[in-house]
Amino acid sequence: MSKQKSTVVLQVMWNRLISVVEEQAQALVRTAFSTSVREAGDLSAGVYDRQGRMLAQAVTGTPGHVNAMADAVPHFIRRIGKNNIFEGDVYITNDPWEGTGHLHDITVVTPSFHQGEFVGFFACTAHIVDIGGRGFGADANSVYEEGLYIPIMKLIEKGELDQTLIRIVRGNVREPDQLIGDIHALSTCNEIGHRRLIDMMLEFELSSLEDIAAFILENSRRATLERINALPRLSASGEMTIDGFSKPIDLKVRVDIEQDRIVCDFEGSSGLDKKGINVPMVYTKAYACYALKCAIAPEIPNNAASLAPFEVVAPVNSIVNAVHPAPVALRHVIGHMVPDTVYDALDKILPDTVPSEGAGTLCNFQVSLRPRTDDISDPAEMAARDSARRAEVLTFNSGGSGARPTLDGMNATAFPSGVMTMPIEATEHTGPVIIWRKELRPDSGGEGKYRGGLGQYMEVGAVEGHEFDFQAMFDRVDHPARGRQGGGNGAPTVIHQDDGTPMQGKGKQFVPHGRRVMLEFPGGAGYGRVAERDPVLIRRDLARGYITADRCREQYGFSQAEVDAVLDAVRRGEEIL
Amino acid sequence: MGVDIGGTFTDVVLELDQAQFSTKVLTTYSAPEDAIIDGMHQVCDKAGITPADIDQIIHGTTLATNALIERRGARTALITTAGFRDVIEMRTESRFEQYDLNLSLPDPLLPRQQRYTITERIDARGQVPIELDSAELDRLVSQIEEAGYESVAIGLIHSYLNDAHERQVQQALARRLPQVMISLSSEVSPQMREYERFNTVVANAYIKPLMKSYLGRLQGRLQQEKVDCPVFLMHSGGGIISIESAAEFPVRLVESGPAGGAVFAAHIAARYGLDKVLSFDMGGTTAKICLIKDQTPKTSRVFEVARTYRFKKGSGMPISIPVIDMVEIGAGGGSLASVDAMRQIRVGPQSAGSEPGPACYGRGGDKPAVTDADLVLGKLDPDNFAGGSIALQVERSSEALQAELGQVLDMDAQTAAYGLVEVVDENMANAARVHAVENGEDLAEYTMIAFGGAAPLHAARLCEKLGVERLLVPPGAGVGSAIGFLRAPFSFEANRSQYMKLSQLDPERVSTLLQELENEARAFVRSCDEQAEILAEFKAYMRYSGQGWEIPIALTSEQARQPDAATYLQLFEKSYHALFGRTVEGMDVEITVWAANATTPAHSVSPVQLAEAGAHARTQGTREVFDAALGEVTEAAVVLRHDMQAGQCVKGPAVITEDETTIIIPASRQGIRQPDGCIDLMPQVEGQRRRAS
Repeated sequence: MSKQKSTVVLQVMWNRLISVVEEQAQALVRTAFSTSVREAGDLSAGVYDRQGRMLAQAVTGTPGHVNAMADAVPHFIRRIGKNNIFEGDVYITNDPWEGTGHLHDITVVTPSFHQGEFVGFFACTAHIVDIGGRGFGADANSVYEEGLYIPIMKLIEKGELDQTLIRIVRGNVREPDQLIGDIHALSTCNEIGHRRLIDMMLEFELSSLEDIAAFILENSRRATLERINALPRLSASGEMTIDGFSKPIDLKVRVDIEQDRIVCDFEGSSGLDKKGINVPMVYTKAYACYALKCAIAPEIPNNAASLAPFEVVAPVNSIVNAVHPAPVALRHVIGHMVPDTVYDALDKILPDTVPSEGAGTLCNFQVSLRPRTDDISDPAEMAARDSARRAEVLTFNSGGSGARPTLDGMNATAFPSGVMTMPIEATEHTGPVIIWRKELRPDSGGEGKYRGGLGQYMEVGAVEGHEFDFQAMFDRVDHPARGRQGGGNGAPTVIHQDDGTPMQGKGKQFVPHGRRVMLEFPGGAGYGRVAERDPVLIRRDLARGYITADRCREQYGFSQAEVDAVLDAVRRGEEIL
Repeated sequence: MGVDIGGTFTDVVLELDQAQFSTKVLTTYSAPEDAIIDGMHQVCDKAGITPADIDQIIHGTTLATNALIERRGARTALITTAGFRDVIEMRTESRFEQYDLNLSLPDPLLPRQQRYTITERIDARGQVPIELDSAELDRLVSQIEEAGYESVAIGLIHSYLNDAHERQVQQALARRLPQVMISLSSEVSPQMREYERFNTVVANAYIKPLMKSYLGRLQGRLQQEKVDCPVFLMHSGGGIISIESAAEFPVRLVESGPAGGAVFAAHIAARYGLDKVLSFDMGGTTAKICLIKDQTPKTSRVFEVARTYRFKKGSGMPISIPVIDMVEIGAGGGSLASVDAMRQIRVGPQSAGSEPGPACYGRGGDKPAVTDADLVLGKLDPDNFAGGSIALQVERSSEALQAELGQVLDMDAQTAAYGLVEVVDENMANAARVHAVENGEDLAEYTMIAFGGAAPLHAARLCEKLGVERLLVPPGAGVGSAIGFLRAPFSFEANRSQYMKLSQLDPERVSTLLQELENEARAFVRSCDEQAEILAEFKAYMRYSGQGWEIPIALTSEQARQPDAATYLQLFEKSYHALFGRTVEGMDVEITVWAANATTPAHSVSPVQLAEAGAHARTQGTREVFDAALGEVTEAAVVLRHDMQAGQCVKGPAVITEDETTIIIPASRQGIRQPDGCIDLMPQVEGQRRRAS
């Protein structure tokens, strides 16, 4: 076959591999028990060559796994040993440093054999419900308290499941059936990818992946380097201060654009926190890389070659390069702030490209419900208590994203995380929790030529007869999102109980029977000076109630008459454009 | 008479005894009924009857879909629970494209000022922690009145469990504002998950005035033409409902055209006694793929309409109604190709449309489309495209291919065309593979039925890629949906969310619920036909507790009337095993949604007596056609379809031409014309098919 035509065949095979990993990821979404996987897409799947170089990664999934997945398989090869890889093997780990950043992510790797020859690997990762220890939260003082640790090892050897490992896992976690179900789901998803790969190899009469690997990696490398080398060779620094757990945390980065590579150096960032919000390097790398790829090469798929030119370094035992045994369970709280930090630097190199700061960290919380324990004597109240039960409810929510150079920020939409929220009707079926409110938070988007995305209000209570612990995982209480180019800051996080009792942004806090937690999630920051905002957009925002009348007058400079004209038109049902 | 109003053409098919008469007329957007009347006269003239002779009209339309896509609905308000004003705007709080910093989320159908709240609350057990505030309701009705809405959607939290508050709001509105049309989420889509339910009820309310008025006008025009037969509407679930039901629940008409196509394919499957069929419908801008098992198209209970971003999942709006489960991808004859940063050929979803059209139309299009590649590869005859109505210009196709792809990739025009077609065929094959695997099916056991203008050009190559042996190309493929309407049964599916763990299955509650759903569904069918036999089918959507994805489990009438946890568990485990290759020990199973479908029996079919392989069909010479599996040009025999007699054969490489389309038979395949006019393709050599398992 001519070279031209074999190029066509290689293109078809690359398409096929991308479809294979997507299918692998979908299989996981449909079989996983973990809420975060099935509802929120907190997973990843990929295919690798014999050397452990990632050839394709599913788009389904969250950026936190971007590089972690690319780096994980070489760790497996090293730990398992090249000569110890057999057909029918399946490997497993939840090592935060060699996997994807905390014990709650389980990574499963399966070697693929074709006609008796070892040809490559499939790997996938999922966030699981529980791994024992203190439970999912920031309260641990070291990784030892955060749960069961599974070093890189064989889950299945030559088709034989390691029953000892399964028993140890079962004996150490709160929801053993679910976890074992998830582990099987992970290995099934690799199996599905493997079968599709073999179909492809038969169809194209391949005996190895070497030619297709070379084609993918070469084209990806060239495309990525073309983008990087078109950028100005400049350096810039960025920084951001955020709440942290007990004391504020400084994130600092220096971005150097060099020939054939971009380096992010987090020198100067804060040291380790005492609690579990520290970030292993893999996770910092994932989010720094994700931020750069969005800005520079968004359509180039993730693989070993397209990721390699993005180098990320940080001092050992800084908050963004925590090493064993630092507690790391909630590494996302800091990790989600990495992109905005990188953008603070990148904005100085590539003007009019990156957004203003947004809410960053997801606004997640967990509610642990139980029968009320206060003294009561009213028979109806006692009956309600007696029918009460224990339950754990985890929810994912988002604040506003930052305004863009030519667009408003997105309301209540996650960035950089890729996860989804759950319907409150579904949440209320998982436990006796009541979400009394979940809607946009007017005036929370920073003002500017382009307005920051709105955050949201939530009110959380329990069904009659219950009290609960509220595990908060919020940031931006004291450090709201900052605007760029003269844009205003987003509104900060606000948290308290409905009787005014103050609450903290992080940590487990008791909420007595009958009380509600009142939450205001942060807005994104504005971009550009507010004086330049198109009055049409201001009127639209007022009509929709994205901004209140007061805000419209005070910050956007409308007169009372202008405000009234809009509100009257809304009442009469007239179109506002 | 079957009528399908599509985006470009309105197809009309008249069936008289065994004969079919069809026509295509341009869709008349301002008054869609005009095209119907026009087409009706054309087919009546062809058949030699008068419109008054028509017994029944079955109608499907994209008008509902288009009104949603183009935002041409009525002035509509939503009334929802206090605290949840923004559910349809906040969506899933995620980005459907993760790497685009300048992503725009689609606007909700109703901007925020058109969404009103009322103090009330129903909890997850259907109880009422907060009663509806009637004084507040009065004030709200006054607001609705002042703003002059034509249509109101009511969507309250947990109303699928308890519709009392939605009814209260409805009554208050109806009392004071009788002219306003009202839609209730507990009626339109009584399913859990507020985003999907609210969006569905809003969509229904939004298009209701438009559809009601259109259907009324259509009835009027038909009466003027002395047509007094009943008119029925095709719905997205693959059945037909009365015009009154359609006007009440117009959201059920969304995607009725493609549903007709699936019914068309199912009917052919029945004629051939095929239990596993993959229908492949490829037109100008998209390709649709559907699994048809046991002659019944697969259905689903939620789908996405009006995708705004490269057909990407999540970029449209979810509609939760019973619907034929299809994958639709941006791959059609007009799909345009380009080269991306990785020097890969990308095809679609942008389409050249009919203006300017592909480069070969010579109307100013300079980007290569799938049709251009098909032309350069010899698959299309430049002088006989669309019955010779458009002369295609091969050199323009070559220039466009060379400029957009060839120069960048260092390829000649023919290789570029080969690359383009292989990529688009691979995209469609991938969509089919993923869809099959998601449903636990192995395509190697399937037969493909291909229709739509572009499908017969690509279908055989798809079969090669998918390991599908048999391919049927029916006659009338260009108006397949409209023919499908004539084959659809009266049917209506009612469903409702009701959480239940299998370990705590309450047989009485289940049988009562299923009985209610069945009664509701039967009433709709009964309103179409007072006499017909009505069959009931039941489904429970089940999963392991803790999972998020349910498997629809079909229940027999007996299993519905006498629910039994052990039987249900067995049915679930069997399906789960078929899908995922194992079951999970120790986990409870739960049921989230229940459904009852009432339907008249499928139209009886006369089985096709397969033709004995006879003589080779008469050829009209040969032409050069590129064969993608061989990677080289072949000398293909040319056969006219209307020339072929039953039993006549054609060996690949060959092309069978007709006015509407061209069937490509690659070197690996041979075809025979069956007595019903289908061209039946099989591999030439037994066992030659590519492995696919």
